[in-house]
Amino acid sequence: MLSDLFPNVKAEDMIEATYETLYMTLLSLVGVVIFGILLGLLLYLTNKNGIWENQYIYHSTSAVVNFFRAVPFIILILLLFPFTDFLIGTVRGPNAAIPALIIGSAPFYARLVEIALIEVDKGVVEAAKSMGAKTKTIIFKVLLPESMPALVSGITVTSIALIGYTAMAGLIGAGGLGNRAHYYGFMRRDFDVVLACTIIIVIIVFIFQFIGDMISKRIDKR
Amino acid sequence: MGYFRNGMLENICHRSNLGYSKFKMGYVLKGGILVISIEGLSKFFKQDKKQLKAVDNLNLKINRGEIYGIIGYSGAGKSTFVRLINRLEEPTSGKVIIDNQEITSLKSNELRLARREIGMIFQHFNLLWSRTVKENIAFPLEIAGVSKEEREKRVQELIHLVGLTGRENAYPSQLSGGQKQRVGIARALANKPKVLLCDEATSALDPETTNSILELLVDINAKMKLTIILITHEMHVIRKICSSVAVMENGKVVEQGDVLNVFQKPQQPVTKKFVEQVMGNNEDNEVINQLITNTASGKILRLQFIGETTNQALISEVSRKFNVDINILQGKITQTQHGAFGTLYVQMNGENEVIKNACQFIENETSVELEVIENAI
Repeated sequence: MLSDLFPNVKAEDMIEATYETLYMTLLSLVGVVIFGILLGLLLYLTNKNGIWENQYIYHSTSAVVNFFRAVPFIILILLLFPFTDFLIGTVRGPNAAIPALIIGSAPFYARLVEIALIEVDKGVVEAAKSMGAKTKTIIFKVLLPESMPALVSGITVTSIALIGYTAMAGLIGAGGLGNRAHYYGFMRRDFDVVLACTIIIVIIVFIFQFIGDMISKRIDKR
Repeated sequence: MGYFRNGMLENICHRSNLGYSKFKMGYVLKGGILVISIEGLSKFFKQDKKQLKAVDNLNLKINRGEIYGIIGYSGAGKSTFVRLINRLEEPTSGKVIIDNQEITSLKSNELRLARREIGMIFQHFNLLWSRTVKENIAFPLEIAGVSKEEREKRVQELIHLVGLTGRENAYPSQLSGGQKQRVGIARALANKPKVLLCDEATSALDPETTNSILELLVDINAKMKLTIILITHEMHVIRKICSSVAVMENGKVVEQGDVLNVFQKPQQPVTKKFVEQVMGNNEDNEVINQLITNTASGKILRLQFIGETTNQALISEVSRKFNVDINILQGKITQTQHGAFGTLYVQMNGENEVIKNACQFIENETSVELEVIENAI
């Protein structure tokens, strides 16, 4: 029945492509979360009235973040070819997509982190200061835990954007479902393959959103 | 000498539980060991090239074990002032000295250590929503590097102290306002501070809850000999628990002293307004004149109660001792930390000679101040 609807779709190929997409998404997500939180914290702490208030650092970080958010992702991959080649040793395959995925998404997540931190009650930070907390303690025991639901929903939004980026990276040879839809579907006029890839990507996005919402809700004790 | 007397007095009063507050007023306040001294403290903000003097050359001395109230309308600079004490705001100039330690000259490391000995509670409680009651109270102990077992023990003590037993594992969102402030108080006391700063601690609470929180503060003050600095805009808070008060206006202290003195003889217009908040305006001449014209016989007396504690039954005592009838015309008596305070207008009927004796008795044998306003016709 299914093979009548999708005559050109081979199960094992689709599974491999799905695996590649998930591999790229999850691995780059780890990098995005780490760099995003670091950058977001830096933006928050160096901004006006922040603990490390410093207009120079704030504005230069902000400019870098804006730059990478402004460059369209498909162009960013091309721009980063020499860097990727130097780092990974190749510009093809799932691993080669990781640096571009991280550099493309981390600034986006950094802004979400900054917004999440701004939403933390100033009074709570003040209370921690009045108890004699170090900046490190304020970051790890006040700022991050108190903004956790927003940080998690930020990860959900970012991961969904990342799935989209992996498909774009697929167009220029990174593998995954985007690659499969383009080369094996579009180029060969086998549109059933394009449709199958689309359905799988949509399902992945739904699952990510569902898990993200669930975690976010569970940790929110407000 | 001063030190010795204080210690001894506190012991004696504690054991006998007899008129402690009265002694405290007479001795500890006047001869008490100074804990906090504020000298020429100022904080200026720059606002659109204009300089805003939030706190302007403030001088205060606060004694150990005292509950010191600071009252003022919003914008008077009192919240800024309390933040200057633990340097949540950096002062523009001046000194804050707590127990011979100059807070204003400390480096940031030393300041962090010093802050552990200065507890603070807030109008909006400022609890971490992500932590349970227990974990919130444990937070300052974690900061101070207290071991886990000791933390547990101390947290249990504190939960018991503030009356939250059974709510240990609740999250702040599951608590009422009063319970949240109790957590705030427990958290502020966790590291056994010398001083507790209260920034409008009861302003977000309803009157009944406010009273229970104030009682808790008095209780803690007595049990732990903790010095409390309390910021408020409500005179009844001052009346209920403070021993001394400073009135702030436009960043300056315009009046300060014993709560009773301030209540009795407010000098500044702003202070008078605050006192009226609690006492009502019963000094109105018109009302008194009306009283006089409406009273047919006897004498009209004005009785001023100041820190009266032992002669609560004054009226019945006088009428029993002397053959006079006393009719209360008007008045208001309110309780402060140091006894009753207020004014009564009474009409005294009887033989002239007896009335004279009764008046002499009140003047000589009690601490009530008496004034004969007019002989009724």
